Amino acid sequence: MRKILFQSLLKGPVTETGPAADDAEVAALAQRVDASARRRLGRSLAIREVDAGSCNGCELEIHALNNPFYDLERFGFKFVASPRHADVLMVTGPVTHNMREALERTYAATPDPKWVVAVGDCACDGGLFAGSYACAGPVEKVVPVDLRIRGCPPDPVALLKGLLALLEAQSGPARSRG
Amino acid sequence: MVARSLADLVAAGQPVAAHRPWPRAVVPETVWTEAAQQLRDGHLTLLGLWGEPKTVHMAVLDEGTWRGAVLTLRCPDGRFPSVGRLHPPAIRLERAIGDLFGMMADGSPDMRPWLDHGSWGVAQPLDRRAPVPLRPGTEYRFLAVEGRGLHQIPVGPVHAGIIEPGHFRFTANGEAVARLEERLGYVHKGIESLMAGAALERGSQLAQRTSGDSVVAYGIAFARAVEAALGAAPPPRALWLRALMAELERIANHCGDVGAICNDAAFAVMHAQCGILRERTLRAAAAAFGHRLMRDRVVPGGVAGDLAAGGREAIVALLDEIRRRLPGLIALYDNTTSLQDRTVGTGVVKPALVRQWAPGGHVGRASGRSFDARRDLAYAPYDRLSFEVPVRHEGDVNARVWIRIREIEQSVSLIEQILATMPPGEVLRALPAGGGEGVGWAEAFRGDVLVWLRLDPAGRIARCHLRDASWFQWPLLEAAIEGNIVADFPLCNKSFNCSYSGHDL
Repeated sequence: MRKILFQSLLKGPVTETGPAADDAEVAALAQRVDASARRRLGRSLAIREVDAGSCNGCELEIHALNNPFYDLERFGFKFVASPRHADVLMVTGPVTHNMREALERTYAATPDPKWVVAVGDCACDGGLFAGSYACAGPVEKVVPVDLRIRGCPPDPVALLKGLLALLEAQSGPARSRG
Repeated sequence: MVARSLADLVAAGQPVAAHRPWPRAVVPETVWTEAAQQLRDGHLTLLGLWGEPKTVHMAVLDEGTWRGAVLTLRCPDGRFPSVGRLHPPAIRLERAIGDLFGMMADGSPDMRPWLDHGSWGVAQPLDRRAPVPLRPGTEYRFLAVEGRGLHQIPVGPVHAGIIEPGHFRFTANGEAVARLEERLGYVHKGIESLMAGAALERGSQLAQRTSGDSVVAYGIAFARAVEAALGAAPPPRALWLRALMAELERIANHCGDVGAICNDAAFAVMHAQCGILRERTLRAAAAAFGHRLMRDRVVPGGVAGDLAAGGREAIVALLDEIRRRLPGLIALYDNTTSLQDRTVGTGVVKPALVRQWAPGGHVGRASGRSFDARRDLAYAPYDRLSFEVPVRHEGDVNARVWIRIREIEQSVSLIEQILATMPPGEVLRALPAGGGEGVGWAEAFRGDVLVWLRLDPAGRIARCHLRDASWFQWPLLEAAIEGNIVADFPLCNKSFNCSYSGHDL
């Protein structure tokens, strides 16, 4: 382990040397969030992910946000284990009827102010599963949606852009939905 | 009495024409039950059990000859002799048939609903689709656990991590788990209903959205079923490209899972390092095939496109990086005693259970089951490539980690062989018109995926069933956690990494 840690020290993190970190887009995004996140959220936004029927493809790419290339936490975002700790619900999937109640209860358990981000084509319009007897439809049919990030699945840069757009889009304080 | 051969069982029924590559026969009840007895006695292996209106099908495999067959039983009164009564791996499949078709498995020890949670507003959605009142919050009867000092811990469907939804009902005595009972079905999307009447292109897309981590494997299994049904042969180069994508998918998933298992033991360094390899693999896939998860690249008849310019170089660079970095990570895993303390001896799946349930993938191979569809039900190009199927016998989390590590190494070697021997030529061929029935399979990173379908004369999908490897793995997770501490459940769960979506359909 010492060898790997030592090499990491010498070479520096992949976040800076890797292709994603060198990507001008990511660097620009990082700068933008610095200013707006600090102003509105004290540089911190807690995210609770809810799979409401996804094929698990979106989860794989949301997971990737935490890898050393994208290192989501440097932007001030953090995934949390409970909706009670969350500012944002990231919801994936065409909302199956079997998950509908769980999503509603997760939303109710999230304190105001809160935002809902629909992630992936299924969450945005039902995707390929639209019209199924087993699906309630897009997330917005079940809980109010503030932002849609499309893609099948959206890649980590698209997810990052979307999360940052959320900050941009909120010109005032977050809406309260009791 | 000597068990009759599978060929004899098939011959005892009415053969169905135009079913490929294995035979299908409509058998009388006696033969159906005889097959179930052979499953119980270990002469045959259950590959799948699914329904159609007033009909049930059972796919079985003879591991002596590696030949399979589909046995069909007509059940006009909506009942059939339970296979699960004799062979427990069939129980959940029969419960799903009950939910989707309303057919009852006579004598089954478990008649509770499985996928139907009372929220669809229809009953038997793949058959009559009768409207029924919603039954929100219907009480699900969990199995009873009795004894002094027991308490229950309900977990899910919304879990603490970024994972799929399912419910785990733990009954614990202090820290030790006395029983885990799973309740699944939360992500049931009605995929098989959407398949009915779909064109092949849409069917292939649906198949590749059945379990997002096994996009390529599902694409291959579906395409092979279609090609079998139509008697079509995709161009050789397409088969090599499919295998190339399948091995990239395997590497990406195993890297991600090995890291995640270590992370569940709070060993973040491995998680970060494995995450780097996974990300590099996805980027190489995107460079070579235009999509990180390689979605909709496999199509019936071949593949959607050839390697992109620079794709080969990206993959060669990836292999080089894996070869450089993996040995250090293996040593790190192997030499960290605090990590080994969590994985060795944890979550043991006993070899006897594995023999009974015949789970594919690392769950079986870590408990002595040497089965790999790429080798044993060989399909091109694996019949021309050289690789080993790693097997261990301890059956614990550690063994499943090692199987995954060894499979990464094998996949690296396979990709090198594929790049060296890939034939030139076209990558997509038009399919012949017409209908037929076909069965296809592919080895996904977690085990074999089976697809059975019937195409109508216009070439549209009349019925398609997809069976994920998870069906025969999820129940073993319940066995693996027994007697372990609750805190080790995430380790056990991740070392299996069953698919919720692939199972729930």
